[in-house]
Amino acid sequence: MDERERINRLRWRCTRRAMLEMDLLLGEFLERVFPTLGPEQADAFVVLADMEDLELWPLINGSRDCADPVQAEVLALLRTVRVK
Amino acid sequence: MSNSSIPVRKFDAVIVGAGGSGLRAAIQLSEGGLKTAVLSKVFPTRSHTVAAQGGVSASLGNSEEDHWHWHMYDTVKGSDWLGDQDAIEYMCRKAPEVVVELEHFGMPFDRTDEGKIYQRPFGGHMSNFGEKPVRRACAAADRTGHAMLHALYQRNVRANTQFFVEWMALDLIRDESGQVLGVIALEMETGEVVAFHAKATIFATGGAGRIYYSSTNAFINTGDGLGMAARAGIALEDMEFWQFHPTGVAGAGVLITEGVRGEGGILRNSDNERFMERYAPNAKDLASRDVVSRAMVTEINEGRGCGPNKDFVLLDITHLDPATIMKRLPGIREISIQFAGIDPIQAPIPVVPTCHYQMGGIPTNFKGQVVSADGVPVKGFYAAGEVACASVHGANRLGTNSLLDLLVFGKSSGDSVIEDLASGAIVHKDLPAAYAERTLARLHRLNTQTGGSNVNETRLELQRTMQKHCGVFRFKDMLVEGVAKIVEIEKAVARTEIKDKSQVWNTARVEALELDNLIEVAKATLVSAEARKESRGAHVRDDAPDTPENPNGRDDANWHKHTLWEREGSSLSYKPVTMTPLTVETIALKTRSY
Repeated sequence: MDERERINRLRWRCTRRAMLEMDLLLGEFLERVFPTLGPEQADAFVVLADMEDLELWPLINGSRDCADPVQAEVLALLRTVRVK
Repeated sequence: MSNSSIPVRKFDAVIVGAGGSGLRAAIQLSEGGLKTAVLSKVFPTRSHTVAAQGGVSASLGNSEEDHWHWHMYDTVKGSDWLGDQDAIEYMCRKAPEVVVELEHFGMPFDRTDEGKIYQRPFGGHMSNFGEKPVRRACAAADRTGHAMLHALYQRNVRANTQFFVEWMALDLIRDESGQVLGVIALEMETGEVVAFHAKATIFATGGAGRIYYSSTNAFINTGDGLGMAARAGIALEDMEFWQFHPTGVAGAGVLITEGVRGEGGILRNSDNERFMERYAPNAKDLASRDVVSRAMVTEINEGRGCGPNKDFVLLDITHLDPATIMKRLPGIREISIQFAGIDPIQAPIPVVPTCHYQMGGIPTNFKGQVVSADGVPVKGFYAAGEVACASVHGANRLGTNSLLDLLVFGKSSGDSVIEDLASGAIVHKDLPAAYAERTLARLHRLNTQTGGSNVNETRLELQRTMQKHCGVFRFKDMLVEGVAKIVEIEKAVARTEIKDKSQVWNTARVEALELDNLIEVAKATLVSAEARKESRGAHVRDDAPDTPENPNGRDDANWHKHTLWEREGSSLSYKPVTMTPLTVETIALKTRSY
């Protein structure tokens, strides 16, 4: 799978989710922040994006802790996203 | 490309959509021994059913006395008498059965101390024919939709349902007699276009809330089933009826719960005026959803909206103690910061009435069979859930009846397929010649278009037009103008251009194909709304006000009927509301008041 295909698949999985909140947040993150991530953080984001919305939302809003340190870094970045 | 180049896969039944209704239908079919394919744009447990938090209603009577007949009365009244009483009786009678079945599928409902399903009250659900609130909503905390999807999905895995995930259905296959023989679909991962040849086709594609600029619906809700049905010559019913929530974050659409106003939140216009004091002197900001929404739109339309475009009002909680906000509304504060860029402790939140649920859809009977205008089933075609119009919600849906609709009509559509196959009402037929030509021509046009319109810009134009011209409060001139605008936008949709022409994971192509569906829904909505010259349920017109002759602006003499919109010529026809229930007496027309 080439880079365009990989990103498009990720874009679909970020912007066709169960909840509007997550479409907006992950879509914005993918456009603005994802291109600046290192490879490890990028992989961690893919793992997070594969989670279901009601698993991921508590991790983003901090009501549940994340044990994985790299995922925690990405979650901290996700928290800073402001949807325009 | 000729038809012979399209691979064909054969199934007994194909279901499009893997939310609550699609999964429930699939259980009936797979457990009934039918070879069943379920197509979905996303993994099933990522369907928008997840967003339904409140619960599912059923007159179990676990907490206090209840009866399906009372539930039926509430639903008829909630629908503003536009719901079909046979379908409403069927749904309310079936509710306890489908909820208990779901429990047996493993749904983790909240429990009473005695171990029964816990039930709580919900707006509009009453005991003894509207007397007092009753506890009828069954829930799994605030994750009812999510838990339901998981229970239904697991049951399907057990039944060997075959899922086609990240596939988009493009068009229905119909033969000359009108019988439906399956769908043509696109696999995103390969870009391959495949015919799913089936004896029975069930649409469970959900709603189309993305036709509005401000919508609580996830991006997935692009009305794909409605677009496919309209293109195949199936009329769409009661598309003018959309439920709105008064406080969505302006621009984003994310819901701000009524609880914020319950905690003392105040709505203000650009003059910083608490305008609800003029519209509802007693209830003020806590008036019912429709009253608040209409007041907000009136303020915006009369030039007292806020922001550079004066297109929203403000929800103010800055006067509340920050400690109270942190304690009672922490989630709302976070939503406001992330989706409006505003900390509500320091500044008010921009809000607008926001589209939430589609009452209309593909016309069906209570068996989930799609029906033509004269009530005759379209052979081989079934629909359930938000895409369908049975019609149980009529002009306005009661909370918790949407999850019930999924279960009851998902199941009944599956049962109808089994019965229709067994009785020989539908038999396997060969695919007609050139069945895929229109779809392939549509794809070819998209691939070769030059100098065309931009998909994102055209979608935005469509959404803004719907919001402005056919929102929660409707005005004659705006509707007429809106119809003209949407016809222009339709021309742009027919000329969309995508830069990416590749086959594999071409999301630009998929988004353009979704827009092909949105335009059908938008047009059906605007044309149907412009024509209905009364106010009823969620369709409220400025020129159909509350009068002694027509309380609430409802005009039963002329408009107690279902709208049917056909794509061909964008023409309208009407059919009577079914007022005869299955076993009980008609719930006669009367003014809807709470």
